[in-house]
Formats: sequence, structure tokens, C-alpha cells
Amino acid sequence: MAEKTVDFEKSLERLEAIVEEMEGGELSLEQMIKHFEEGSKLVTLCSTKLNEVEQKIEKLVKKGGTLSAEAFDQEK
Amino acid sequence: MEETRKIYSVAELNRAARFTLENGIGEVWVEGEISRLTRQASGHWYFTLKDEAAAVSCAMFKQNNAAATFEPKDGLNVRVLAQASLYEPRGNYQLIIRKMEEAGKGSLQEQFEKLKAKLASEGLFDASRKKPLPLLPQKIGVVTSPTGAAIRDIINVLTRRFPNIGILLAPVTVQGEGAAEKIAAAIDYLNTRSDIDLMIVGRGGGSIEDLWAFNEEIVARAIAASQIPVISAVGHEIDFTISDFVADVRAPTPSAAAELAVPVKTELETQITRLAARLGGSLQNQVHILRERIPGFRQTMMHALMDGLRLRQQQVDETSRTLAECLKNAVSVQKQRLPGLQQIMAHRMESAVAERKQNLRRLEVQLRSLSPLAVLDRGYSLTETADGSVVRNADSLKKGAILRTRFAKGTVISEVKEKEA
Repeated sequence: MAEKTVDFEKSLERLEAIVEEMEGGELSLEQMIKHFEEGSKLVTLCSTKLNEVEQKIEKLVKKGGTLSAEAFDQEK
Repeated sequence: MEETRKIYSVAELNRAARFTLENGIGEVWVEGEISRLTRQASGHWYFTLKDEAAAVSCAMFKQNNAAATFEPKDGLNVRVLAQASLYEPRGNYQLIIRKMEEAGKGSLQEQFEKLKAKLASEGLFDASRKKPLPLLPQKIGVVTSPTGAAIRDIINVLTRRFPNIGILLAPVTVQGEGAAEKIAAAIDYLNTRSDIDLMIVGRGGGSIEDLWAFNEEIVARAIAASQIPVISAVGHEIDFTISDFVADVRAPTPSAAAELAVPVKTELETQITRLAARLGGSLQNQVHILRERIPGFRQTMMHALMDGLRLRQQQVDETSRTLAECLKNAVSVQKQRLPGLQQIMAHRMESAVAERKQNLRRLEVQLRSLSPLAVLDRGYSLTETADGSVVRNADSLKKGAILRTRFAKGTVISEVKEKEA
């Protein structure tokens, strides 16, 4: 599995955990601020990852015994 | 009488023979061995089916042999579903074959059940083997035909849900000879790439023969060995294949597989936006709560101080009150006791005086009765020496000593003249 996928999932999970902890009201102000800083970074990271995915529709073709990817024309 | 006879042309005869064969025998299952197999460029297959005693010509046309689930070859024992017929141009009796199975392997259903049981016993369908699908795949490998409706549906749904998703199609033939090997090889190949995080393996609907490649052991094993999570999407909702059981997730159709493969991007964006809002909100909330609590703290502290003060004050008051009370009580008790004491003392004094007076009187009487002067009244006299000591023994007196003798009334002075022994 590609690294990026894992990053996104973990980041989103961590973000959810942070928000829930903050809303739990058990944290000190200092902890709240630390959580907020970490959470803000994760928000940026997740949004970036969503748009990092590269749109490409390709198909594999055999060229001289090796496989390579080229654009796939859906209309065929 | 002229004999009426029906004269057939050869063509008529062959046609009649064909009708007789087709109607008289019809469609039957026949088992035998393949020999003299030829595959024409047209796609049709021709061979002879024989056993120890006999042989028959066979034709399997392209539209039927495309669905064959194995590769026929000379010497192979097969079971065919065939229409008995006759090739009219040559008058050759032949079988037109609709379906072909490997003899000894049992029917497709039997093979399916057998393989399913075998793989199940190996644990290949176990839930513990199932890999979770990634939430946000970067690139999805699709193993299917490049020309079917399946790939179109998959691409449409994937890009609708996640417009910038990456897709890599591994084009394969999904039915007929060699399809299973190609599908398995494509799955293996995609596993050698580092950019694929999810795979969809499947095809659109068809007959059990059309879908057969996905019931082959080689495909099942390739799916089981895949490190990349696999969604199986073969045929329609009602079609279950071995691939479906081995795959990490079974999708009822190719479109459904695409739905399962990627999240809706806008939903993820909304989710992240909401989390960001909650993140900021909770911090603000906390700050707000703390700020609200500051005057409260002050008040609580004042209250605590005042309460403490009041308590101490009260304790002091109470103590001094108790003390005053004690003193007062003590004094009044003493006061109350004082007149009593005086009385007792006076009383005691009086009685002591009276007692002493009485004693005195009694002593007087006693004294009087004991006085030597009183004895003198009874005729006795008292003799003293000149120094005043009473004479009790004459031995102490010497001749010429002066004596003083008292009588009851009066006293005389005399001189010792002689002592009598």
C-alpha cells in the first residue's frame, strides 16, 4: 500500500481523536493549545493529500516484451 | 399399374436425413475422446469424438467455443452437449457442439463446489485473511476487459466520486481459453508495482461459462496471494464466483466495486472542514469557559475567606461567653456558700463556748472535791516544810526543822522536837 494512503488515514484518525479529546473538556488550557496546533497541521495535511492524488487513467500495454502504461482512451 | 415412387434428390435426402437426426436424437450429452482437432482461422473448431468402438465428426462454432472453460486438445476426454445433425453438402453425420466440459471433472457446478470446499479448507476464505481497504487510494488497478461495459462503469463511478483518482487498467480477456491465466498474471504484475493501493478484479454479467475464469484455481490463488487489497466484481448481484470468496471484498457489480473503492471526495472535504471547525470551536470554548470562571474564582475565594473569618469570630465569641459564664457561676456558687459558712462558724463557736463553760463547771466541782483543803474539813491537817513542800514521810525531817501545819481553819508554825522511830 502506498505511503500516502496510510498517511492520510492516520492523519484523519488522529485529527478525529484530537477533536474528540478537546471536546471532552478534560484537558488543561496548555494541552488544548498543543492539541489545537497539532490538529491544525493535520487539517492542512489531509486537505493537501486529497488534492495530491494525481488524476490519470492509463492502461498497460506490452511493448517489446515489457509492460508500460499509456493513456487509456475510454471511447474505444 | 404404374408403380408410384418418390424420387429424392440427394439434397432432399440429406435434408430429410438431417431432420430425422435432429428430431429423432435431438440434443444429447456425449462423452468421448478428442482427436484430429483443428482450429480454423474463422474461430470454429472441428474434431472427431471417439471411443474404443466408434467415432463421430464434431463442429464447435466460434460463438459456442468462446465460452469454453479449458483448452481442448487431442487425447482429452470430454463431455459435450451436442445436437445430432448432418452436414448436407457432404452427407456427413456430425455433432454440433454447444457446451464442452472436461470428463472426469464433473459438471461446472460440481467443479465449483469442489474447488470452493478445497480452498475453504485451506482457510483462503477466512475473515482473518481479509485486508482492509485503504480509505484514500492513490491509484486503483483494474483487471478486466478493456472493451466491456464493466471498465466504462468502473471509470465513470470512480471519477464521479473522486475526480482526481488514478486508474491503471490491466487489460485481459475475461472469458474463454487462457483467460484465467491472463487474469492471474495481471494480478501478480500489479503486485510488483509500488503505485497501486487497491485492485478491482472482475467483469460484467454472463453465463456460468462466461464467468468461469473467475472460478479457476489459478485466479483464486493469485487473489489470495495479492498484497494489495482486492475487490472482486464478477457478473451481477446473483453471481457468486470463487474469486468473490477469496477477495478481500466482494462487490455485487463492477459499478458497486467502484463505489466501495473510493470515498466521495466532497464528503471527505466536508468531514475535514467540520473537524477543523470543531477543533477551533473547542479551543475557543475552553478559553471562554476559563474566562467566565475567573470572577467566579474571585468570588469563591472571598466567600471562603469570609466564611473562615466568620467561623473564627464565632468561635472566639463562644469561648469568651463560656468563660464568662463559668466565672459567674463560680462566684455565685461561692457567694451562696458564704452565709452558710458564717452561720456554721457562729454555731460552732457558740457550741464550743457552751461546751467549755460546762467543762469548767464540772472541773470546778471536781477540783473542789479534790482540794486538800477540803480534806482538812474532815479533820485532817496538812504539814509543809519551810520551803512549802508537803511532808509525806517523817524520815525527811530533822530535829529542829520548822513545820507549817494547816488546819481546816487556821495555820500554826511548829518545831520538830524529837523523832519517833
